[in-house]
Order: sequence, then structure tokens, then C-alpha cells
Amino acid sequence: MKFTGQAALVTGASRGLGRALSEQLAAAGARVVAVARAREELDAVVAGIRGRGGEAHALSYDIADKQAIYPLAGAAAALVGPIDLLVHNASSLGPTPLRLLLDTECEDFSAVLETNLLGPFRLSRVLGGSMALRKRGNIVHVSSDASVNAYPTWGAYSVSKAALDHLTRLWAAELGERGVRVLSVDPGEMATRMHAAALPDADPNTLADPQAVARQILGLLNDPRIQNGARVEAQTWRAA
Amino acid sequence: MNAPLSFEPSPRLAPARSPRSGFQSGRLLVIDPKNARFSDHGIAELPRFLHRQDLLVLNDAATLPASLWAEPALELRLVAAEDDGSFWAISFGSGDWRVRTEARGTPRSLRSGEFLRFSAELGATILERDAREPRLVRLRFSLTGAALYQALYAAGRPIQYAYLERPLALWDVQNGYAARPVAFEPPSAGRPLTFATLFELERSGVTLTRVTHAAGISSSGSGSLDARLPLPERYEIGADASAALARTQKAGGRVIAAGTSVVRALEGAVAAHGALRAGTNVTDLLLSAQTRPRVVDGLLTGLHDAETSHFALMEAFAPRALLLRALAHAARSGYVQHEFGDSCLVLADALGSLDPPV
Repeated sequence: MKFTGQAALVTGASRGLGRALSEQLAAAGARVVAVARAREELDAVVAGIRGRGGEAHALSYDIADKQAIYPLAGAAAALVGPIDLLVHNASSLGPTPLRLLLDTECEDFSAVLETNLLGPFRLSRVLGGSMALRKRGNIVHVSSDASVNAYPTWGAYSVSKAALDHLTRLWAAELGERGVRVLSVDPGEMATRMHAAALPDADPNTLADPQAVARQILGLLNDPRIQNGARVEAQTWRAA
Repeated sequence: MNAPLSFEPSPRLAPARSPRSGFQSGRLLVIDPKNARFSDHGIAELPRFLHRQDLLVLNDAATLPASLWAEPALELRLVAAEDDGSFWAISFGSGDWRVRTEARGTPRSLRSGEFLRFSAELGATILERDAREPRLVRLRFSLTGAALYQALYAAGRPIQYAYLERPLALWDVQNGYAARPVAFEPPSAGRPLTFATLFELERSGVTLTRVTHAAGISSSGSGSLDARLPLPERYEIGADASAALARTQKAGGRVIAAGTSVVRALEGAVAAHGALRAGTNVTDLLLSAQTRPRVVDGLLTGLHDAETSHFALMEAFAPRALLLRALAHAARSGYVQHEFGDSCLVLADALGSLDPPV
């Protein structure tokens, strides 16, 4: 996929990987809609992209809010046209420090699923119909190694990412014949605020730079060897 | 030519009073002008009537929340957008959507240069008033870009009418494949179509494509203003659609428009340019019994009462007498109309080898 002229929507765009993806997509010529709850941080990201000559628009919505989905989708398409690339990057760990399932409030478990699973489903459902009709589109779910490993205390987050990987496979099974590509991308451990919240004792020097991981993700999106519906580890992916 | 109207029976269809709840539960009245017959079906049966090589053209415009309140007795409904970012709007007075538009209060007059506020974030300056219709004004919003759309989606509500039983949510007025929000009222012909039906059509060799047509407002409550509806409407035909049309015509397939807005876009483009080509334009084309469609062979639409412009457009595809008979049958059989209503397919030879005439 050439990114020039593509309409891209990135959630969780105010920090970390979402910010890096927004910046690099815009630098590659995409028209980017950057979505996050934090208005000031998001405005700063968009101002930076514009300062470097890129196109970006800041929409401040909470992906976990059902009422936000149609306004978000409508505003995004008004700004950049039908969305070609949708990156579900926004994600919540739930309360930190992380805790055992037996210590997890049911409401907190639900809230994590709203952000990490139902929000992406709702947004894909609104934007995916146009992709299927236009026979083009890419949807990326940002996953985690917690989706395939049962690490104690990562409960709700881990479950949401496992479900997201399967949602990837289902979307691909239903829309693959219609030109829509859906991938789960595990970014690996990165030096982000989320990582620090989950594992405050980790040495940042051992963690990947989100900008480097974003470069890997842009690269793997163009890799025809990757099957539709696949789960890909961004840090170990190598170009052909 | 209007003389016979008052002597004909005018069957009335009941309105659909809320968004449909059942999956694929819509009804489909198939009208075959070639064989002068019609018959009753369900919307999920649509694939029976379209064939390999046929092209179904959908309007992929999303619907804006185009109703904005400036004062307790002053509502503005956006009805058209201009190239320069300004919008045309129609003002409405006291009462709200629960009141029939004809019974709404007369709105206070708006002055050029006046500033209206719709929310803490969003306002607009009145730029001009239509020369003949003081309720028709052009305005410019106080915001642009992402800030404008975020504020518009927060302040605006979908336009709706008194026959509905509850306020509409934004999702009530969107088609599943909608993208760019340029419609002011929902392009509702595509609404009963599920993706199960659309994908079945594709599997049977029907091509799906899209135009983006800024469907406008259907009723203002003023006779003289309604007489000018539909106002000129913007549409975009992409390279994908023009290529699909060319392939369909070359292969001898039929072009079926999902909605009167699609007919306006396609026939308007051909009337303006002599051929269908990709691009953005404005059409003021009105179709009627006197119009011979040049591109569109068949029409999937809602059911429309006999005195509406939608019905007049249907007369470009089937004789008035047949449509009136079908309409009377539909009204008697409990079909419902308006944006959440049942469907009707007008297509020559659709019933050639099917059910006996009704």
C-alpha cells in the first residue's frame, strides 16, 4: 500500500505508538485523522505534523463511548474522505497497579473491554461497510503478547487482546474477498507511558522506541507475504 | 397535464413510525412496467430480480445531524452546501419535529450579518437571504475543519418529521456503507439492504458501486418553498463508478439505482455532460413521466404517495396508471412509507417469468 493520498484514522494518537504512527503516516503522504481523549496533547501532535508539511486533523473522542462512534466516523470522513486505513491503537490496561482476577472489580473488567474490544468493533463496523463497498481498506488491531500468554495480573487487558486477535480473523474471513485486509500487530515491549504504568520497574533502555516500531508497522502493512487475518510481531518482522 | 390528478383515487400509505427492528424484515413491492404487473416479496429476495452483469448503484453519503437550534423558537435545518464552505439552511419557528412542518410557527426573520449561536462552541453568521424565500438563508459557521465537525456533531440532531414516534439517534439515519457526511436527510432507499443481501448480490454476479449524493430536505412546511424542492444537489461520481458503468453498458447489463438521489446524480451527469464521467457537480434535474432515463434502467426506492416529487420521478420508469394500481395495493396490504419504510423495485421484465399478475 502506498500511503500517499490515503485517508488514515489512528486512535490513541496523542502519545506513544499512536502518535508515532500518525506522524509517520502523515510523513508518508497519508491524510491522517488523529483521535484521542486528551485534547491538548492531541493538538500538539497535529500541530507538529502540520509544521512538517503533513496533513492531520485532531478529533477528541473517547473510543469507549458508544455515543462517540458515529460522530467520530462522520467527522473523520468529512475531513479526509472515506477511510482507507484504520488503526485501532487506543487501549486501556484497567486500574494499575495490575491485579489478580480475584481482586478485579467487574466494572473495571467491563470498562477495559469497552475501550479495547467493543470500541474497535463499533468503529470498524461503521467504517468497514464503505471499505467493503469500495473494495479497499486496511484495518489494524494493535495487539500484545498478553493476547497469547496468560501472564498473572494482566486479566482484562489480556482477554481483550485475545478477543481482538480473533476479531481480526473474523473480519478477514468476512471481508477478505472484498479487498479489505485486517491484521493484528503485536508491537512488543515499548518505552511508553502504558508500559511504565504496567511494569514500573522495567529498564527503559531494554524497551523499543515507538518510532522504530511504527516504522516496522508501516513496512509490514506493505508485505504481501502476510496473510489476511494474521497476527504479526512488529519487532521481529523483516522486509523481504 | 395536471388536470386528471384530482379525479384519480389517491391511496395513502401509512408511515413507518420508527426504525425497523427485525433483521431483513422489510417488504419489497416489485413493479414490472414491461409486463404491467406487480407482486409482493421481502427485501431479502432482491437478488432474485437482479442478474449477472447488472449494476446496483448505492448512494454512500452519510447523513449529517442537520437540525440546529439557535433560540427556543428558531431551528435551522441545513439543506445544501456551497463550494466555499458556506451552507444553505431553512429556518423553522416554534414547535419541533413532533409538530407537522406546516403547523410550525413562522420563524422570526433573519438579517444578513446576524450571528446565531447553536452551542457554546458553534455559531454562524447569516450571509444572505434568498430573494423570494425569507426562510432560506446562507450561513457561514464560526469554526472550520475538525473543530467545526466536532461541534456540529455535538450540537446537531438528525432532521426528522412528525410521523415518527421517538427522537432519532445519529445511527438511525446512516446506511451501513455510508462514508462522507454530505446528505441532510438520509438516502433511505439503501437502508433496508443488509450486507448479507449485498454480498449475495455480488456472489450472483451483480456489481455494486456508489455515488455520493447530497440528498436534501424533503419538506419545509411552506408551499412556495416546497415547490422549489429538491434544491440543486451536489454529487460525486468516482472513477470506480464511471468505470463500472461503462463495463455494465458494454456487457449489456442493466443499471439499477438504489434511491431517487442516485437517479438524480446519474441522469443529471449525463444530461449535463452527454456522458457519464467521474467528477463532482451539482444537478437540478427533475425527472417525471416526460423524462426518458438515459443511464438508469431500474429503481429501488421506498414507496411514495402520488403527489410527491419521488412519485413523479418513478413515472420516468413506469406508467402512472400501473404505479397508482401498485400503490393502492400497497396501501391496502399494509406497506409503510418514508425513511424507515418498505421498498419498491421498478424494473422492466423483473416479473416476466415469475408470479402471475396480481
